[in-house]
Amino acid sequence: MIAEFGLVALWLAAALAGLQLLAGFLAARDGGSATAEGLALLVRPAAVVQALLCIASFLTLIYLFAVTDLSVKLVATSSHSDKPMIFKIAGAWGQHEGSMLLWVTVMAASGGLIALIERRLPERTMLATLAAQAFVGLGFYAFLLFSSNPFERLNPAPAEGAGLNPLLQDIGLAFHPPTLYFGYVGLSVAFSFVVGALLTRQVTPEFARVMRPWVLGAWIFLTIGITAGSYWAYYELGWGGWWFWDPVENASLMPWLAATALLHSASVLAARDALRAWTVMLGVVAFSMSMVGTFLVRSGILTSVHAFAVDPERGSFILALLTLYIGGALVLFALRANTVAEGERFSIMSREGALVINNVALSAILGIVLLGTLYPLLTEAFDVRVSVGPPYFNPVGAIFFLPMLAVLAVGPLLRWRKDSFARIKLPVAIVGAVFVAVLVLVLALADIGILPLLGLALSVAVAIASFQPMMGRSLRRLPLAVWGMVIAHFGVAVALFGMASDTAFQQERLVAANVGDVVEVGSWEARLDAVTPVSGPNWTAIEARMKLSYDGGAEREARPQARSFWSPPQETSEVALLTRWNGQLYVAIGNQAQDGRWQLRLWWKPFVTFIWYGGLLIALGGVLALIGRVATDVRRRVAAGKIAQRKAEEAS
Amino acid sequence: MRKLLVLILLAIAVPLAAQDSLPPAPYAYQQLDDPALEAKATELMHTLRCLTCQSQSIADSDAPMAGDMRHQVRTRILAGEEPEEIRAWLVDRYGDYISYSPEVSSTTWPLFAIPVLILLGVAFILRGRLRGAK
Amino acid sequence: MTRFRYFLWGVVGVTAALFGLFAYQLSQPKDEFVESAMIGETIPAFDLPPAVEFRPGLSSANLADGKPKLLNVFASWCVPCRAEAPYLDELERRGAEIVAVAIRDRPQDVSAFLEIYGNPFSRIGSDEISAVQLSIGSSGVPETFVIDGSGVITYQHIGDIRAADVPMLLAKLQEAGA
Repeated sequence: MIAEFGLVALWLAAALAGLQLLAGFLAARDGGSATAEGLALLVRPAAVVQALLCIASFLTLIYLFAVTDLSVKLVATSSHSDKPMIFKIAGAWGQHEGSMLLWVTVMAASGGLIALIERRLPERTMLATLAAQAFVGLGFYAFLLFSSNPFERLNPAPAEGAGLNPLLQDIGLAFHPPTLYFGYVGLSVAFSFVVGALLTRQVTPEFARVMRPWVLGAWIFLTIGITAGSYWAYYELGWGGWWFWDPVENASLMPWLAATALLHSASVLAARDALRAWTVMLGVVAFSMSMVGTFLVRSGILTSVHAFAVDPERGSFILALLTLYIGGALVLFALRANTVAEGERFSIMSREGALVINNVALSAILGIVLLGTLYPLLTEAFDVRVSVGPPYFNPVGAIFFLPMLAVLAVGPLLRWRKDSFARIKLPVAIVGAVFVAVLVLVLALADIGILPLLGLALSVAVAIASFQPMMGRSLRRLPLAVWGMVIAHFGVAVALFGMASDTAFQQERLVAANVGDVVEVGSWEARLDAVTPVSGPNWTAIEARMKLSYDGGAEREARPQARSFWSPPQETSEVALLTRWNGQLYVAIGNQAQDGRWQLRLWWKPFVTFIWYGGLLIALGGVLALIGRVATDVRRRVAAGKIAQRKAEEAS
Repeated sequence: MRKLLVLILLAIAVPLAAQDSLPPAPYAYQQLDDPALEAKATELMHTLRCLTCQSQSIADSDAPMAGDMRHQVRTRILAGEEPEEIRAWLVDRYGDYISYSPEVSSTTWPLFAIPVLILLGVAFILRGRLRGAK
Repeated sequence: MTRFRYFLWGVVGVTAALFGLFAYQLSQPKDEFVESAMIGETIPAFDLPPAVEFRPGLSSANLADGKPKLLNVFASWCVPCRAEAPYLDELERRGAEIVAVAIRDRPQDVSAFLEIYGNPFSRIGSDEISAVQLSIGSSGVPETFVIDGSGVITYQHIGDIRAADVPMLLAKLQEAGA
């Protein structure tokens, strides 16, 4: 019964989405007529009730997983009564069907939220936006109900569930995917606003202000998702790499790049009524990229690390949705291009000018990542197989990334509309001097590649530059949004510093060691004290007991393991990480050589942790900016309410 | 995107059935004594695709064949070969697929032409903006 | 503004082409094999020691003795190699000369393997570090190469040999001049 309740709620929600689409579209089209007014009244409640139904449906699924109702196929195939409760619950979105339901639920909840509170835009635009939101939602409802029903029953119910893969019982694994989904959903909301604004020809600063929190929120989640994913790959893969330009990684990077560009261009539109067409374009592109990413990962058409059973049928469905949404939006945009009048003009030597360069560079990097990721797919159609990897992405991306950073250092100092170089000569000179000083210093002290060299120098320069917008301003009265910008830009510098430093100065030691041997790597001395077998609930492992000291300092212990799981049979490397303020020592143990010695792999990775600290700082900056923006909105709304109230009182 | 993680996870998990009994080749897990040569080898290894693991470089893989390829690379570097010669040797045997570093060729020129076009496009857009400003 | 509109239609076109490519690739079976680029090339020089006591080793000179052969790349630890063993036997019964390279294998394991699954090989070289495998562009086990009498690789079969592959491989041998 419970499962059926969830399914019925989902069907009702889908029906309401249909109603929302029709009523919203008709009301927005023939605004003013009596029928249209009547229909318009339906739209917001439909969105709100739809959200409630979806939430009910999703809670139902969580309940089914919590009680391990094995008569439900999804529970039987992916859960197990012996799992800890937290993983039972996380299991609800741990597979395709459940994750799609989560996606739809978050999307419906967002739709319900804007229907409930968003009153700043012209009502026609809101109706069109909600209709667009329902249109996107309907595709996902169809996907769920027709090809991925999470509530399907299994008759007879099995005695026990099949999903007790302990490898997947990882708290990071449980919460990493929803993080990315929240990002994708935020971008879908931005997309709906764009379509609504296009349909009603209302690409205005107000539209940008309304859309911005959603983009910011999406961007925060994407940032956290990518940062966490990178760290996870780093400690789980056992070879010290943190970014591989693998298609699946690129699929998560592309929406982030587009969202970053969109965030900045929306700021220009909100503040200065410029870059209207850019903002619309980026709104479409950002959502496209999240759909393309989902498609690439789920369909398995790219050679990724996919020994995994991907499903071409799901791929076809996502591709159909992709074509419908993106194709539709692009055609609409092309038809409406002349109505998106060019916004205000500005000098290149202005805040807008810098942001345009930022936008163009981010879009170019996005284009290159997309090209490099999809190119093997293109040549495969002609039976030629090629690989595109770091030697391509790093330098070609850097062509656009490094100049963009230079602009990032200067841009926030510029005034809107028009500024003169003379005014910001001093701070620019300081940053330039720092850049040159670091460059010369590193050149003199170390022999490293050109990209890490430029990266190091730029990161230090940008780190200093990122705080310059605060100079001469009262810190107490500085808006939160500015704090957010400063911290996010500083985070970029921090992450870049970590990347460049690890690339340039990482030290590697691969050795076959006897018990008692001492291995040196960087300033570390590592002594292998013992190698012992250990075992867990479903694995056995050999564990190295090591004592390590940095530069003759206090001894620390490390216990890397080489684990063998038996069901399913898999071997993994559990690395030991010793973190210091200036880097991390990465220790992995491999097999035993024939002469009885053990393969040890050690890396000293200077400042590698800065990569993820930087990512978190970027996200923190986003959070501050979001709080600042929302607080301002709320204050404005309260003030407007008071004024309206006073007027009403005066009138009466 | 749980699958993303599952994918990565499966890549690191070497199926036991394909496990062989021999110890790894001498230079599979052993560095060259000369740091300069080792650096050369490492850089090259990071740009060669592991054929049995898909989408990982031979420098990031525990697969036996990746180990044998590392051994090939290190012994050849030790014998005085240049990294690009070794890459060419492998490309002769496996095609462009084995190298993560695409070279300009009849099949890969768009990879390089399109960024140039993007660069021109960027210059064009910025010039338009510059001129448009009063 | 018209220029911008052309640009937008251009974007629509590129996107359509991209989605077309996606759709095409979705409809194609995924090809996971990495083909050797050595087809049509002379097999590189090598000289492998015997993998077992009762069969001689294998060198590139053996492959240029005038008679076309099948070169089977296998290993005792490889599961599909067991599956293809009967078909290798059948190929041998029908007149094919088969030589083999055992990859990363120990003599006792190879002997045990041949004991159980049959030994259709006239020569078996032991390739402990996959050197020969790499030199002929083979990316896994099992693979079977057709070599003509002068030592030129004329065909590569990737994966285990199934029943239907037997006549095909015999025909390829024929083409190579047997």
